Amino acid sequence: MKVWKGNLLKMKKSLIVTMALTLSLSLAACGNNTNNGANNGNAAATNNASTNNTASADLSGSILASGSTALQPLVDQVSKEFMDKNSGVSIQVQGGGSGTGLTQVSEGQAQIGNSDVFAEEKLDAAKAAELVDHQVAVVAMAAVTNKDVGVDNLTKQQLVDIFTGKITNWKDVGGKDEKIQIVNRPSSSGTRATFEKFALGTKTEDLAGSIQEDASGTVKKLVSETPGAIGYLALSYLDDSVTSLKYEGVDANEDNVAKGTYPVWAYEHMYTKGEPDAATKAFLDYMVSEEVQNGDVVELGYIPASKMEVKRDAAGAVTK
Amino acid sequence: MKKSNDREVATPHLAEEWVGKVYTFICILFLIITIFSMVYFVASKGLSTFIVNGVSVKDLLTGLKWKPDSDTPLFGALPFIFGSFSTSILAAIIAAPLGFCAAVFMVELSPKIGRTFMQPVIELLAGIPSVVYGFVGLSVIVPLFRDIFPGQGVGIAAGSLVLAFMILPTITTIATDALASLPSGLKEGSYALGATRWQTIYRIVLPTTLPAQMTGIVLGIARAFGEALAVQMVIGNAPHIPHSLFESTSTLTSAITLSMGNTAMGSVQNNALWSLALILMMMTFVFVFIIRWLEGRKKL
Repeated sequence: MKVWKGNLLKMKKSLIVTMALTLSLSLAACGNNTNNGANNGNAAATNNASTNNTASADLSGSILASGSTALQPLVDQVSKEFMDKNSGVSIQVQGGGSGTGLTQVSEGQAQIGNSDVFAEEKLDAAKAAELVDHQVAVVAMAAVTNKDVGVDNLTKQQLVDIFTGKITNWKDVGGKDEKIQIVNRPSSSGTRATFEKFALGTKTEDLAGSIQEDASGTVKKLVSETPGAIGYLALSYLDDSVTSLKYEGVDANEDNVAKGTYPVWAYEHMYTKGEPDAATKAFLDYMVSEEVQNGDVVELGYIPASKMEVKRDAAGAVTK
Repeated sequence: MKKSNDREVATPHLAEEWVGKVYTFICILFLIITIFSMVYFVASKGLSTFIVNGVSVKDLLTGLKWKPDSDTPLFGALPFIFGSFSTSILAAIIAAPLGFCAAVFMVELSPKIGRTFMQPVIELLAGIPSVVYGFVGLSVIVPLFRDIFPGQGVGIAAGSLVLAFMILPTITTIATDALASLPSGLKEGSYALGATRWQTIYRIVLPTTLPAQMTGIVLGIARAFGEALAVQMVIGNAPHIPHSLFESTSTLTSAITLSMGNTAMGSVQNNALWSLALILMMMTFVFVFIIRWLEGRKKL
């Protein structure tokens, strides 16, 4: 008995050391390779999908779509319908912002990266070249003001002067004698990039005293409540609480965007790294199908990509 | 017979010892590794702004202009640092007297109402999600300030008021514990000398419990310093040092949450945000050291 006990005690010490070593090694491995772990997991899922797609009727696999919060509601809703039809596929939709989506799809952590902007604008050229663009919808933006300012049309130059701080009172653009309060987006925001590129044609600085919010709901709330406020919102957010401005005399509405007369719009992109696997491809095909484009896309306030009579490339050049 | 009895008793004990030790050991190891990997991760990302992108530390800490997207990017984080410090310290200035008075009420004046009614209410404040504070701030405090004071209502004043409510539970709870642990002999001695209740509180209770109160306040400041969402909703987020308490400004946390998702990993804009996170983390260390130092000075 004594021998046995003694052995146990001896064992105890060595066992603790061994356990500690194995543990620290395995944990350290975990700690260092979190990303790789996720990669492997996703890669496995992707492989899974591609091996199973010989029978095209029942797709399987798991898809992670992350990125743009502006596109998230659409992808989320469509993914649920898609999963109802293809029970073998599981799709997870995450937000995080366009930059996150593009980074994750570029590094293989996500199968689809949702973005408000072209990949070339966020990633370096080599990384962007690996990504395949799928334009699923169009979002147009309108400059909006508080209801009390008494202006319903601004020219490009007037907008530039307001957002660069040259004009600080509404009376200078034909409105009431009231100080202009800018409600902007953060400089990294895709919405701001679109607005600056196509409405202002120039980048602007963050002015002292300007408000910056990322969430469209917050921007709308601030513009509708703050006297003299100006901001910009996607068309789906417009309602009676704010005044939506004409741009160079053109109404911000779907028809004008489709015809190309109203320039402040951008594609919503769903990027894949290289050509997508079968499940992802089927999902993206479903996304641009008539059913979704005329259904969910319109219902959620986006403009169907198929309806656009003009096209635009990453550099901003418009073609009919 | 005796021997075998010994064995039967000893083995389960030994096994229990083992399970306990190994389990604790695993937990500690896991904690330490998590903390070190986080510090390493934030530090490596944050420092790459200086090492890889060649931004100078001095420019980041003292620069006044934050223009990461312009053609000549500028990374001056001083407005954010200023915003973080001013909002959290102002929040502590608002919350500390409130917390102390609430604690005095609960412990000294009316323990019955205090313990059954006030304490749960104040603890409830700690359980409210920060987004709710932010939304209430945006819907109530910002419009109120906009009507009363010049400016748009957003800014340091709104931010610190919202934060004051958020850190009130921390300060009150610690102040209550400090007051409750005060030996009754001290107060009784004071009363015996003919001091009034207020004199006792002011001259005996407050000075003796001051280090503990300070611990609570610093903990509150640390929490306010790290709070992101609620502040972001009411502070306006312009990257400028404001000229008044009611002008839009920005904090370290709000700058990070506003832009982190929109920037791609590895880009200079993203790294600069990690540098802000690094500053936040260093400040947390400083706060921890201050708290430990205060703990050491406790008179009780």
